[in-house]
Amino acid sequence: MIEKSTAVLTGQHFMSGDIACAEGAIAAGCRFFAGYPITPATEIAERMAERLPSLGGTFLQMEDEIASMSAILGASWAGVRSMTATSGPGFSLMMENLGLGIMMETPCVVVNVQRAGPSTGLPTLVGQGDMMQARWGSHGSYEIIALCPSSPQEMFELTIKAFNLSEQFRLPVLLMADEVIGHMTEKVIIPEPAELKIYQRRQTTLPPEKYRPYHPEEDLVPQMVNAGAGYHIHITGLTHDEKGYPVISAEAQQVLVQRLIDKIRRNRDKIIMFEEYYMEDAEIVVCAYGISARTAIWPIRQARQDGIKVGLLKLITVWPFPEEKIRNLAARVKALIVPELNAGQIVLEVERCAGGKARVISIPHLGGATHDPREVLRVIKEII
Amino acid sequence: MNESTEFLHPMDQFLRQERIPHIWCSGCGLGTALNAFLRAIIKSKINQNKLSVVSGIGCTGRVGGYIKMDSFHTTHGRAIPFATGLKLANPDLKVVVFSGDGDLISIGGNHFIHAARRNIDMTVICVNNFTYGMTGGQGAATTPLHARTTTTPYGNYEFPFNLAYLAAGSGAVYVSRWTVLQVQPLERSISRALDKKGFSFVEIISPCPTLYGRMNRLSTGLDFLKYYQANTVVKHDVNLKDAEIGLDGEIITGNFIDIERPTLEELQKQEVTGPLAQKKAEEKTVVEERQKIEQE
Repeated sequence: MIEKSTAVLTGQHFMSGDIACAEGAIAAGCRFFAGYPITPATEIAERMAERLPSLGGTFLQMEDEIASMSAILGASWAGVRSMTATSGPGFSLMMENLGLGIMMETPCVVVNVQRAGPSTGLPTLVGQGDMMQARWGSHGSYEIIALCPSSPQEMFELTIKAFNLSEQFRLPVLLMADEVIGHMTEKVIIPEPAELKIYQRRQTTLPPEKYRPYHPEEDLVPQMVNAGAGYHIHITGLTHDEKGYPVISAEAQQVLVQRLIDKIRRNRDKIIMFEEYYMEDAEIVVCAYGISARTAIWPIRQARQDGIKVGLLKLITVWPFPEEKIRNLAARVKALIVPELNAGQIVLEVERCAGGKARVISIPHLGGATHDPREVLRVIKEII
Repeated sequence: MNESTEFLHPMDQFLRQERIPHIWCSGCGLGTALNAFLRAIIKSKINQNKLSVVSGIGCTGRVGGYIKMDSFHTTHGRAIPFATGLKLANPDLKVVVFSGDGDLISIGGNHFIHAARRNIDMTVICVNNFTYGMTGGQGAATTPLHARTTTTPYGNYEFPFNLAYLAAGSGAVYVSRWTVLQVQPLERSISRALDKKGFSFVEIISPCPTLYGRMNRLSTGLDFLKYYQANTVVKHDVNLKDAEIGLDGEIITGNFIDIERPTLEELQKQEVTGPLAQKKAEEKTVVEERQKIEQE
């Protein structure tokens, strides 16, 4: 029985990934959710509809995902942490205002519980086909942050992390889950509120006459003010100067867009997360994310029993891509294997970073089911 | 500004001086529409610090860049859902959407009807010039039948929306239409819309001599104003179905709708914590107790 007014449900739970995501958002202080029903992310919206009103927050079912994305940007500028959750078709509709969020430097979180596409595809079945869309889906040049959970526990933790990164670097952060992780139900431990690390909004301390909305701090991220604070800010999706005013020139474009890119690139060490299993002596590395990282564990253990030195690099941050990590690995291992539930997306990044120094093998799967672990094992054994 | 309290213009207190001159063509109605809006802010005693103006893309979308208040220039058609998030996340804000007909009604049409249906507490000011000005005078969802535009070179063969009728049918609690020639009723109407709780809609009929006008025998701002003077009628109680705007003929204006309907925030409060919610909670407890007894 949930005490309605409790934000952080400290304790042990048997919880699905989608519900854990909603609870992570609430624990991170999210008090505004706008969304549109879509399998397999609907449970997140339903949980938020139940939980937010009694916490003084707002749940709004919008007319579509375009509106959902717009609404969370508006809510964020009102000073409230905001989130939306969707799957492939809705994610496509969100691309327009994802770009607006990048340009306006608006903190918020977008969850994509991936199903198999293209188009309506397999609504109820797993896919990981939106990984490149996450990186490049909105028009123009920009950098993005995308995290991939591979358990309900990580759905909770990485949702909080996504909110923190969005506030720290002022952009929409993508939580790229998948249907299996969203619907998987297992133990989720929610810590005491005091144990949660929450990154507070970078509110300006300057008075209105000295404040410039897009004047960056040392780490290239500007301080923020909320609407209604008396600063009379002008915020636009047009290329703008430090005051926020539109400037239609190549010079202004260079200054602004380069900073939007560099604020992520130069801070990548603060953003990139991964986990390593059996990697000390590994000569073969399975590089995977989301459900595919879990699928890889059984074949790796089997291969180890046969004396094959294989390890797992589980990507948590997929964007920005952990280029240096892959470069270093490629210099010392024989092969990198990339199983993913698409025709081969992240493998392209692995290939690029490996630069021909190690073999890179894709194990594509078009979705609808996870990889057969025996298939991954077969590929590992073939390399020897 | 020098130390004297003299202003160049009575509305200067609301303008970002460093952004003037504006980009609008001579003869455009946007300056008058903006003037009426700023005067209405004074009339309605709106706190400038708590006012947020949200716009989309287009000539009217640039309004936010010239006014000294929080202003958000969003993507094409998405001003209303952005404003919805802003308003619901901080109900203390006064939120006004100020945009054009192409932005609000064509690409943003779906958001428009849904915001009116929900009765979100916001004022939507739509400057209707019957065309896409910023992109060079293309046909719009408001372009009158037979009118010529760059994308209707043979004459428009699509029926236009009647915006006031659409807003009323979608649930707006306040609907009016005025031309930029009727400055005083327009100012009073915007003020009334700002005072109104719920989704209020003001349609401002405005000239675009550079594009729409030139292709339809109204090549200067003055031609438009003369046309408005000759053809505008005020009919507050018109059946809105009959308030369509054609290529020629009369333009029916007035304060058409002014009704009371609870806002989304009020209804949400009622459902979540009000007497209704308490009653439901009690019923739920009774059911749970009964189940408990049955189980035992």
